[in-house]
Amino acid sequence: MERIPILRMGPFLLITIQVDMHDKLAMQLQDDVTERISDWGSSGVLIDISSLEIVDSFIGRMLANIAAMSRVLGAETVVVGMQPAVAITLVELGMSLPGVRTALNVESGMELLNASFGRSQIGTMHDSSEA
Amino acid sequence: MSKLGEIISRNEERIRADWINDMGKSIQRADLISKVELEEQTRSLLSAIAKGASSDQSDDITGPQWNAARELLQDISSSRARQGFTPSETATFVLSLKQPLFMVIRQELSKNQEEMFAVVWTATQLLDKLALLTTESYTATREELISRQQQELLELSTPVVKLWDGILALPIIGTLDSARTQVVMEELLQTVVATNSKFAIIDITGVPTVDTLVAQHLLKTITAARLMGAECIISGVRPQIAQTIVHLGINLEDVITKAKLSDAFALALHRSGRGVVRLAPGAAQGSGGSSTRRDD
Amino acid sequence: MTVAKRELLPLQTSSDVVVARQKVRQWAIELRFSLIDQTKLVTAASELARNALDHGQGGQMTIEVVNGAARSGLRLTFEDHGPGIPDIEMALKDGYTTGAGMGLGLGGSKRLVNDFFIESETGKGTKITVVRWK
Repeated sequence: MERIPILRMGPFLLITIQVDMHDKLAMQLQDDVTERISDWGSSGVLIDISSLEIVDSFIGRMLANIAAMSRVLGAETVVVGMQPAVAITLVELGMSLPGVRTALNVESGMELLNASFGRSQIGTMHDSSEA
Repeated sequence: MSKLGEIISRNEERIRADWINDMGKSIQRADLISKVELEEQTRSLLSAIAKGASSDQSDDITGPQWNAARELLQDISSSRARQGFTPSETATFVLSLKQPLFMVIRQELSKNQEEMFAVVWTATQLLDKLALLTTESYTATREELISRQQQELLELSTPVVKLWDGILALPIIGTLDSARTQVVMEELLQTVVATNSKFAIIDITGVPTVDTLVAQHLLKTITAARLMGAECIISGVRPQIAQTIVHLGINLEDVITKAKLSDAFALALHRSGRGVVRLAPGAAQGSGGSSTRRDD
Repeated sequence: MTVAKRELLPLQTSSDVVVARQKVRQWAIELRFSLIDQTKLVTAASELARNALDHGQGGQMTIEVVNGAARSGLRLTFEDHGPGIPDIEMALKDGYTTGAGMGLGLGGSKRLVNDFFIESETGKGTKITVVRWK
């Protein structure tokens, strides 16, 4: 089954969601993220949703779940790039995603993650074959 | 009731010619519509009416047999509204078809007074309904125009201003209702993305009253901005507004508010790791001295 | 009110939900809805389609282009033959849920559309019709 790819960027995970996800794919992503954090000891998760044109309550809950589960595993999550139309619709829907940190783009998201861990350097890209 | 339809079809050209002739200069409005266009309108309309009147739904103009006639009338009505005709002029245009039509009916049925009256009655009812249709269309077109103008006015009245790199300001003047909030929100958020701004200062000095509804609208905007990764600061909170907010029990705990726009700006600068410094004395422009002008 | 175009889509799997919302997006674009209005309608469709699937045990969505006196819009009807909703008023309140997670789907969707009609009978099923006008 297709999965959303999770890239490793040093201590952080980068997830770019570009497809219109069906529910099973979203659930798979939740599972995969928690496993990766566990495997690689990641301390931060960056979820880039700048390509998502729709975020409904299911996806919203997925994001909130990922943030909550990651926190339990010791990692901070930042959701970046939410489109204006999506933000306005989510608010109208009644979702404000408390407990989910947000940033305008991947760059600011990284700054946020680095700041929470007192790092001064931004992580570099590794491919997942590196142990 | 296809008698009417028959009569019209048989005498179409003649009715049309008489219609235009009888119209009189005042309805023709040669200043607004060309002769060619007028002939075209009368021809297609009469033909559509003949078709509808000949069908088995000759007296129900909402039925499918009258679709062509209705659409045509709506088009004619809309284009005349845009050309500057009054709704009465357009309705009269349709009603003036009565005279030539009745003349022809009288001629065809002169031997049968009963039938003549019945057909005339059908014709007059039909044309009255069609004329009313044009006034409805007219109103709809005008309302569409008004709402479009309202929209444009809304967009013009809430400019988003860039105060500094990454800091936007949105001075709101006037009342904030849900239609306006929508437009304001969209513009602000789109500008946030376009300018990569982490801070948006919403100045409400020019907002006369803040009630629960206005507060809700502001909170929606702030929440949406937050979801995108930008922080909103509300400035221009006047003492009366502060009191109203507290009395109404509006919860602004998570929102940063400042009395003055300048305070909000200073805060945003500080939060983005910047400050304003005083230059060495004499370095300020216009203070005399030997500073040379640099061409940057 | 006349219906200019109509299509029926099944809602039996989670992929069907994706197909349904993509169809709504496509028609909304054709009707030249603004981006915000498109997003609101597609999101509402996603919520309601998922409801029909998860709580209604599967159903169908009918999508129609409707023309009123002076306006046109998109009408979506979600029907299922599931258990039905026992207390509609309660279900429309934010935060109501029978399953896991936040139950914002129904009440939230209502805010995203212009017209919202719901009929439901326990044991028979649910039918929700929403319209977004241009």
